[in-house]
Amino acid sequence: MATTTKLGYDDLPGLLTVLTGDEKHDRSSYSTLDVLWVLYDRVLHVDPSAPDDPERDRFLLSKGHGPAAYYAVLAAKGFIPVDSLAGFGNGDSALGYHPDRLLVPGVEISSGSLGHGLPIAIGVTLALDAGGSDGPRVICLVGDAELEEGSNFEAIQLAGRLGLGRLMVVVVDNDSSTYGWPGGVERRFELEGWSAVRVDGRDHDALEAAFAAAGRDRPRVVVAEVRP
Amino acid sequence: MTMRERFYRVAQELLDADPRVAVVLAEIGAGELRPHPRLFNVGIREQLMVGVAAGLALEGLRPFVHSYAPFLVERPFEQVKLDLVHQGVGAVLVSTGASYDGARSGRTHQAPADVALLRALPGWTIHVPGHPDEVERFVRRAAAADGNVYVRLSEEVNATAFDSDELVVVREGSLGAALVVAVGPTLEQVLAGTSDLDVSVAYLCTVLPFDAAGLRAALRGTNVVLVEPYLAGTSAAEIAAALADRPHRLLALGVANEEIRRYGTGPEHRALHGLDAAEIRGAIAAFLAGSPHPGWGIAPHPLPATISA
Repeated sequence: MATTTKLGYDDLPGLLTVLTGDEKHDRSSYSTLDVLWVLYDRVLHVDPSAPDDPERDRFLLSKGHGPAAYYAVLAAKGFIPVDSLAGFGNGDSALGYHPDRLLVPGVEISSGSLGHGLPIAIGVTLALDAGGSDGPRVICLVGDAELEEGSNFEAIQLAGRLGLGRLMVVVVDNDSSTYGWPGGVERRFELEGWSAVRVDGRDHDALEAAFAAAGRDRPRVVVAEVRP
Repeated sequence: MTMRERFYRVAQELLDADPRVAVVLAEIGAGELRPHPRLFNVGIREQLMVGVAAGLALEGLRPFVHSYAPFLVERPFEQVKLDLVHQGVGAVLVSTGASYDGARSGRTHQAPADVALLRALPGWTIHVPGHPDEVERFVRRAAAADGNVYVRLSEEVNATAFDSDELVVVREGSLGAALVVAVGPTLEQVLAGTSDLDVSVAYLCTVLPFDAAGLRAALRGTNVVLVEPYLAGTSAAEIAAALADRPHRLLALGVANEEIRRYGTGPEHRALHGLDAAEIRGAIAAFLAGSPHPGWGIAPHPLPATISA
């Protein structure tokens, strides 16, 4: 069950213009835009009319800065009103430069400081496993440079050893890590027992297939390569 | 039974009895609890430990997080700030290894600023039990609550347990006598050190929320002495706020904010910090005589001889 589409992918540049006032919204300016769109349009079982449904998939945006694409997709999918986008960053707006889960419906975690989302996602996964619910998946979006934070490696190790098959990570890899990941960042996940795939992060069908191919026997990482 | 043993026993009972309770460990304590579907030992990953607790809480569980104080409060402090407080979820942090309990292990295993750090974050309830019975009471209550709670276990134990969150007057001095507030496990040394002084002695084992009304009622003079088992002056701001409209003097005794390159026993370090009965008596007598505050340094002590190559 994907969410009911309120607006389409082609509407996103217009929504981004509302957010920032900048009319030049080439999609390359937003590394996460296509991944977020595919998740909300084709993958996640979430419903804006029931954002707290216990059977929903949990999507945790760990890379919380630069959330304009996130807000645009949430607006397009009916989680937040389109007219709320204009206040982006203002004192009377719920939409800040880092998202706050207590202010924005559908936002699972407040993020901004890097390296927090994946450990929290493991806690969410362990709770769902302990509760015996088979349905919901837990998907966490991180950036390739964000993975420099050591807390992520505490999580990557443990998720692999515990075989947390409910958990998926999507790494938006726009080559922004200063010292890089020789051999590909997915190697760090594979070493710990994750299944891994690298896809074109702008190819919607490839992204959808990469998420759909995940089994439930071990955690999955989808590296979405996004080159400007 | 030590505070730590009591905590493990109660935690096991809560795991078995309350489907909301979970326990998250980073090895420390893992051998003390039986396996349980909601007991999660995450290995030596303390940042993750707090993040996992936050994820559990987001799903409606009531996580207890337990480790040695430096690895529970200091190392994952940003996780405590963001994953718990900023997410708007609650956990119960239960530390062991109070202040100088781990003196033989050196600075790495000492976190006398634990309460000072947590009180710098909003919304915390902070318990400093002085007796295993108090530990059990606070742990059971925290299991049924939702907010963020810190329970600080220590190896120092008082002779008597108190069944109150409020300031309890243990000994009455004369009208106008100074009020000595003994926090948690400092009570025995305070009682011994003030036995021949005309002071009132009160006991406090819940320092946040702070019992301002109890302090105001108990203080019948103008002199207040705060004796804390951790960083000196940690609750001084609460006392200042409680007495903002009443002229008063405050002497805050506690652990000095110094790098002590010395091992040894907890009691030896307690003496270095001036928290033994005799040192407490001397500090209070000087304070009441109008002497200047001696400062928060440690007592003069020889450093161990360095070892030459």
